[in-house]
Amino acid sequence: MKDATLARILEARAARTPLAVVTRVSDGAQGIVTFDGADSSLPEETVADASRRLTDDESGTVVADGETWFVHAHTPPYRMVVVGAVHIAQPLVKMAVLAGFDTIVIDPRSAFATAERFPGVEVVDLWPDEAMASLRPDSRTAVITLTHDPKLDDAALGVALRSPAFFVGSLGSTRTHAARCKRLRREGFSESEIARIHGPVGLAIGARAPAEIAAAILAQVVSVRRGGAAAS
Amino acid sequence: MSDSAPPPREDTATQATPTDEVLAQAQRWREAGQPVALATVVATWGSSPRQPGSQLAVNADLEIVGSVSGGCIEGAVIGEAQAAMADGKARLLEFGVTNERAWEVGLACGGRIKVLVERVGDSP
Repeated sequence: MKDATLARILEARAARTPLAVVTRVSDGAQGIVTFDGADSSLPEETVADASRRLTDDESGTVVADGETWFVHAHTPPYRMVVVGAVHIAQPLVKMAVLAGFDTIVIDPRSAFATAERFPGVEVVDLWPDEAMASLRPDSRTAVITLTHDPKLDDAALGVALRSPAFFVGSLGSTRTHAARCKRLRREGFSESEIARIHGPVGLAIGARAPAEIAAAILAQVVSVRRGGAAAS
Repeated sequence: MSDSAPPPREDTATQATPTDEVLAQAQRWREAGQPVALATVVATWGSSPRQPGSQLAVNADLEIVGSVSGGCIEGAVIGEAQAAMADGKARLLEFGVTNERAWEVGLACGGRIKVLVERVGDSP
């Protein structure tokens, strides 16, 4: 692998741009495929296979021109956006990082959203609607609101519910959630949009302590992502 | 390793060390002028612990980041990585219970795995 190829992979991963590295296993000859184009040195069949693998998020081999090629699909990491730098956010963020999520905490109250409380995690102290608009949640993003403050939670949900985020969840009791749904209805959100919210967020495991609640939330996110039986 | 369930597909969350960290470390070593080799799982059968795309990087001092198995084939992979750093040639390694080759080390989990080892960089 050329140094330039390594640099291009790292750039694409940082920019959340899907990129496939196609390698002839007999001698290591290599080319790159993205949705915008492919190196002309690559056989057509490998380019088609790489495009499919970028969509399916799956690396593997393909035979072309009598040779075996390995297609390494570099797809963007999953992200978890946590709204509210509250006490539950601290264990949740740690667990999400362990599970491989790029994790971002949003809280405009700068006393909460300090780098010291969230080491190694991106902390954004903008208002949630503004922060969410710039993060642009995609189909590999989970959004979880934790503040209990309608001004903050609803601002984030307003963006999340009209994004392709694969998971939207909100902390709060059943009563809090019913009030939230009522507010969102008044704001013009449709029933199907509101139904996307996992609320109260987290699997029903009887969680009490902050870390237990965080475990319940992460378990639900994983279950939705992997199509597990316990998704709701 | 349990063989009751199919392994999950490769992605960041199933990797012991995230891909970004493996590749970023490889790049840091290269920028420091070190020879580096990259090992990548290209195919698995059975209950191999690491999925296609899992990577390991190693430098000339045999510092390692990432993994291509539960640890059972790393030694053999690193030996071939040293050879790749020296001659610049990519090599495809195969490990598994059905493999009778001399450097066969076996996978405790009963799986089979193919690993591509390549040098990083245009010169040693």
